[in-house]
Amino acid sequence: MDVLYFAWVRERIGLPKERIETQAATVSDLVAELSAREDRYAAAFADLSALRVALDQELSDFDASLTGVREVAFFPPMTGG
Amino acid sequence: MRIAVQEEEFDLGAEANAFAAGDDANGAIVTFTGVVRDLATGDLDVMEIEHYPGMTERALTKIAQEAMARWCLGDVLVIHRHGRLAAGDRIMMVATAARHRKDAFEAAEYLMDYLKSRAPFWKKEITSSGADWVAAKDEDEDALTRW
Repeated sequence: MDVLYFAWVRERIGLPKERIETQAATVSDLVAELSAREDRYAAAFADLSALRVALDQELSDFDASLTGVREVAFFPPMTGG
Repeated sequence: MRIAVQEEEFDLGAEANAFAAGDDANGAIVTFTGVVRDLATGDLDVMEIEHYPGMTERALTKIAQEAMARWCLGDVLVIHRHGRLAAGDRIMMVATAARHRKDAFEAAEYLMDYLKSRAPFWKKEITSSGADWVAAKDEDEDALTRW
């Protein structure tokens, strides 16, 4: 699946998008898998209350299933307007 | 209904005129325009607005459709810019057209409240002392509870 990062999450991880092969069942499982990879991921995902997640471009939550999902995006709370 | 996500400037007068010319049944037109502020320090060089192409258009369309469903509206317009902006530049506008002003005003406020915290935009302020992502405010999230 494609994993996208925006704003300071993108800066902390150091890339805007990557393709990840994963067996993670939920968003939380994916976060745990990425955090275990490298410090920069662990740093970006240290406080999940400061993060939002979208699955296939719809806001979702960290308990959500990744079954059938093609695109996951992590970002801070939005500041439009 | 028109949703535009764009880097270039928009002409507020031309947009408002074109929107207002839509339908004689609309007795009320409300427009709101957001402008880049130079906050307390007065040294804002650039406001960078990042967004999530694809999701942004979907989220704005969903918010506008919800407004059309909740209020008696003739039309809705949302324009939101991204990229590098300077103090005084217009960031975005919403316009609502309705038979009666109450629907037009309330729907415009609803659109603003939702697009502040449910449309995937992120602002970064770049000043002479550095660059900072603008943090979301609790009051913006709280504002959604009234709807």
